Amino acid sequence: MAISREEVQKVALLGRLLLDPQEVDIMTTQLGRVLDYMALLREVDTEGVQPMAHAVEMANVFREDRAEPSLSRELALANAPHRDEECYRVPAVLGEV
Amino acid sequence: MSDTGLAYEIWIGLEVHVQLLTESKLFCGCSTRFGAPPNTQTCPVCIGMPGVLPVMNRRAVELALRAALALNCQIARLTKWDRKQYYYPDLPKGYQISQYDLPIGLDGHLEIEDPKGRFPRKQIRIQRVHLEEDAGKSMHDEKAGLADSRIDLNRAGTPLLEIVSRPDIRSPEEAKAYLEELKLLMWYLGVSDCNMQEGSLRVDANVNIQISTPDGPVATPIVEVKNMNSFRAVERAMAYEVQRQYEEYLRTGRKKGDPGVHKTTWLWDDGAEITRPMRSKEESSDYRYFPDPDLAPVVFTEEEIESARQALGELPASLRRRLQTDWGLPAYDAEVLVGQGQPFVDYFLQTAQSCGDPKLASNWMQQDVLRLLNERGITIQQYPVSAEELARLLSKVRQGGLTTSRAREVLARMVADGCSMEAAIQALGITEVDESELLALCEQLVRENPKTVAEVRQGKLKAIGALVGQAKKKNPNVDPARVQQSCLKLIQESGQ
Ligand SMILES: [Zn+2]
Repeated sequence: MAISREEVQKVALLGRLLLDPQEVDIMTTQLGRVLDYMALLREVDTEGVQPMAHAVEMANVFREDRAEPSLSRELALANAPHRDEECYRVPAVLGEV
Repeated sequence: MSDTGLAYEIWIGLEVHVQLLTESKLFCGCSTRFGAPPNTQTCPVCIGMPGVLPVMNRRAVELALRAALALNCQIARLTKWDRKQYYYPDLPKGYQISQYDLPIGLDGHLEIEDPKGRFPRKQIRIQRVHLEEDAGKSMHDEKAGLADSRIDLNRAGTPLLEIVSRPDIRSPEEAKAYLEELKLLMWYLGVSDCNMQEGSLRVDANVNIQISTPDGPVATPIVEVKNMNSFRAVERAMAYEVQRQYEEYLRTGRKKGDPGVHKTTWLWDDGAEITRPMRSKEESSDYRYFPDPDLAPVVFTEEEIESARQALGELPASLRRRLQTDWGLPAYDAEVLVGQGQPFVDYFLQTAQSCGDPKLASNWMQQDVLRLLNERGITIQQYPVSAEELARLLSKVRQGGLTTSRAREVLARMVADGCSMEAAIQALGITEVDESELLALCEQLVRENPKTVAEVRQGKLKAIGALVGQAKKKNPNVDPARVQQSCLKLIQESGQ
């Protein structure tokens, strides 16, 4: 298998996904198949091929530095599950000052 | 180094974030203005709504290039943006757009020196300079009682430049000097105002010590120190942390590379003047960087890099050297003048040029001019007296037409009334005392004070002060130095 159960569990933790043991099994199999398939690329001779930074062959796409109107606060906070008059409210953030 | 006798060397590397002086955010048009009411400077792009597309701010890239060039970095011909993934409530997208393997600048250096000579001039190597977006601000709400945090996303998406030094800094003083020089450089470049109170400059430090033990050199575990809110705090936090690591090593023998020993993060407590360990974030180092598919890479041509290099202008280090070599100023004067910014130096150069005495001009600018700027909270551009006018006043002082204390009064009047030197002199009732008038006055004093004259003849030269005092009473416009000189001459001549 291209990926272990432990790796799947770690990735799930990093992505804040709660998987039950059965789901871990399923993901291990499915992600393993994806990785096996991707491993096909190893067979390609990439000697002398420039690494690609982007899928679209485009560079230097800029906007000018001009301030434009922002959303109203009401609109910005409209989707927040919890809020007060000014801010989003979230469960306490610990470990920082 | 310490009373128990083990010598050690300090290794400090600094990670500095400066906010770029742009009007708008890195990927959207929201304003970067500081101090707006919470959540009034956001839009779908910077609060991470689905389906939005970031577009790079041209000015931010230009400023980053400027900074990287001024820090003597190798400039990437192709630079790209990567997603750094972590979950935190002030990071709405769940990732920060940063630069991972192709930062704008690599392998540069910044030269630091100490005008007080506590350490020799040296280069601190710069590992990398890259552009990234800022996160929002989380505030813990004590009074809600619900242990909630409040999130303001105004700052989310503001352009930051991260400047990472190599661990070449060998003392807390060097750390402070590095930060001051970096701040001055960014200010001269127009890259950032580096205002720490407004969070436009933030510093984290990586610090450990290399101890010489009888069994060979030993390194203590690396500690990252955060929450230092001023350069002074950095200096004190470093001094504290070094001592703490040394004592911990003596107590525990724990060293870098031991099993189970990792880099830890500590927070500086400015009130208690100690560092405290921060609760460690699990898996914090696994950011799973990958190239951001929404942003196109940036390519710099040789011509663009060269023209940006040409446009840097004169930088503080070169300006300080020029003030010393071409204008004969002491290192301290050069440091103070350059530290006040380019327009202040320009004013100095004009004044020095016109009055012909750079040191005199420097003294007046450091004392009288700077005091007024600080008192009124104004810049040199708003100073009411022009460089030409100040130079004329200083020329008069040089030629003996005004004493220093009289000239101070004249300058104060010029500042207060916004008038010319002549008008100020007239308003103060100062008239120039010519040679014959002065001589007549001195002859009178010598005649009327035989006792003082006798004392001076017996070698008590200090007694002449009484004559000078009387002279000033009779005519406040006389130059005390000239009175003293003239009286002495008269006494010597009359005694022969
Ligand atoms: Zn925005």
